Amino acid sequence: MPEQFIWGIEVFLNGLMAGVLYALVALGFVLIYKASGIFNYAQGVMALFAALTLVGIMEGQVPFSHLINATFGTEIHHFGWHVPAFAAILLTMVVMIALAWVVNTLIFKHLVNQEPIILFMATIGLAYFLEGFGDMMWGSDIKTLNVGLPQGINPVIDEVTYNIFDYGFFIDNLDIVATVIAAALVFTLIVFAQYTKQGRAMRAVADDHQAALSVGISLNFIWVMVWSLAGFVALVAGIMWGTKSGVQFSLSLIALKALPVLMLGGFTSIPGAIVGGLLIGVGEKLFEFAIGAPYLGGATEIWFAYVLALIFLVFRPQGLFGEKIIERV
Amino acid sequence: MAEAAVETEENLLEVNNIEVIYNHVILVLKGVSLSVPKGGITALLGGNGAGKTTTLKAISNLLRSERGEVTKGNIRYRGERVQDLVPSDLVKKGVIQVMEGRHCFEHLTVEENLLTGAYTRGSTKAEIEKDLDLVYEYFPRLKERRKSQAGYTSGGEQQMCAIGRALMSRPETILLDEPSMGLAPQLVEQIFGIVKSLNEEEGYTFLLAEQNTNVALRFAHYGYILENGRVVMDGPAKELRENPDVKEFYLGMSDEGRKSFREVRSYRRRKRWLS
Repeated sequence: MPEQFIWGIEVFLNGLMAGVLYALVALGFVLIYKASGIFNYAQGVMALFAALTLVGIMEGQVPFSHLINATFGTEIHHFGWHVPAFAAILLTMVVMIALAWVVNTLIFKHLVNQEPIILFMATIGLAYFLEGFGDMMWGSDIKTLNVGLPQGINPVIDEVTYNIFDYGFFIDNLDIVATVIAAALVFTLIVFAQYTKQGRAMRAVADDHQAALSVGISLNFIWVMVWSLAGFVALVAGIMWGTKSGVQFSLSLIALKALPVLMLGGFTSIPGAIVGGLLIGVGEKLFEFAIGAPYLGGATEIWFAYVLALIFLVFRPQGLFGEKIIERV
Repeated sequence: MAEAAVETEENLLEVNNIEVIYNHVILVLKGVSLSVPKGGITALLGGNGAGKTTTLKAISNLLRSERGEVTKGNIRYRGERVQDLVPSDLVKKGVIQVMEGRHCFEHLTVEENLLTGAYTRGSTKAEIEKDLDLVYEYFPRLKERRKSQAGYTSGGEQQMCAIGRALMSRPETILLDEPSMGLAPQLVEQIFGIVKSLNEEEGYTFLLAEQNTNVALRFAHYGYILENGRVVMDGPAKELRENPDVKEFYLGMSDEGRKSFREVRSYRRRKRWLS
């Protein structure tokens, strides 16, 4: 078999795994957009904030230590204990739920029935506030996150492929774990949305706020629930990306990678976010490998996704799996 | 019909002289009072912008999400002040509104729409199934369409879906806003017929807002006529139907036979007197 082709398969597999991570971020967007029509620009920052909080709790960091030290002239930084990963994840989730409640109560509750653009602006404000707040709470240095997920090359795949192709594929264990977790998460979310009472209420709210109110669904409850779910997804995404490339500001920029994923998959579809993520992940890696690097001087990964998304916007504005725009004539 | 009039004297719902202001400035209701007797069909009549929908929304408390508020007067349900409750509490108390323009959840199937109606109930699956069957009994059409997305069903089916959804909350009083809107006359008759049998057979109390005075007065027991945010006339439906002013202004009939457009002026004068 030609070498090029075998490398192509490896690139494809790696693209698939990268796509899963994009999909994870996109999922958070879809949840909030579906239930409240809010395009949550802050989703990426929420992932960063979740990861920061997780590291902070695990390391026993004192929140706002800089502020406390500057005010009281003390020198405290750490409580001096370490919290096991699992407990820390649970605590972080509590923080994310609290955040969901605060965001909804202080901001979005007061913006019911406002124009989408106003809601969007509010999320931009929220994004930058949260970024600064995260820094203030946990410090702005780059942190490493290790919750005990396996990392490094997967020896089994390496060996098996070596025996078949005479060339060992480099597939990161972390990517495999991420794929499994993402798949489980998506499956759970779909079952939740389709078959449970609260999930149905969530979709009802997404369709028509007023009608949902009229049958006695509490919008506030649903919104807090949805923001908490999005916080949970952000936490999972934060753990994956944070483990991969460290917890730092650039983590919040993955939100921008989720945009083309959403345009491709549709803003309202959970499966769409996954398929969109995979398509973009595979597409950009393969494009870079086959066309970008040899002919265009590389670095096509930065813009490939957006071009793909633009093409989709022109021909299929609701995305691959987006809800059909129902128009009765 | 109206002859069967109001059986009981007990008023479920009392609205006393309420004033509603939108956005802190726009005065929409200027003192509306009405009472809804248990087991009756009460109609709120009037033209566009008379305040029918606002009255219903003030009762169901959907007003607040539209930046409206009741600034004067009070609303009592079973003698209890309810105007500070949130809509979900009112639904639990048995008051539910079917909104104007149907407002089905477009992307949910008809059956899912119905199930959302049971949201506030802590009932078991079996009880909910039983109520679904009841709704399908009154609206056989919904059973046929139960797996279709509500957005793709016809206007009449959506109206049935909206009423069925309200029934799923096991209400006592249903506030029905403009059920005839955008429907063919035959369908309007059918829907009002179902409302009437729901009232007679299942004992639901209805307060309905309707522009179609003719149909509403044939099916209702009692009527209130609103104009410019005030109740200008009320009475048993039968009396209203025979009232010369109602006949002329709302039913398009006149004792003096057909009128020509030249007499429009006198209409205006009398209308001013009415309000």
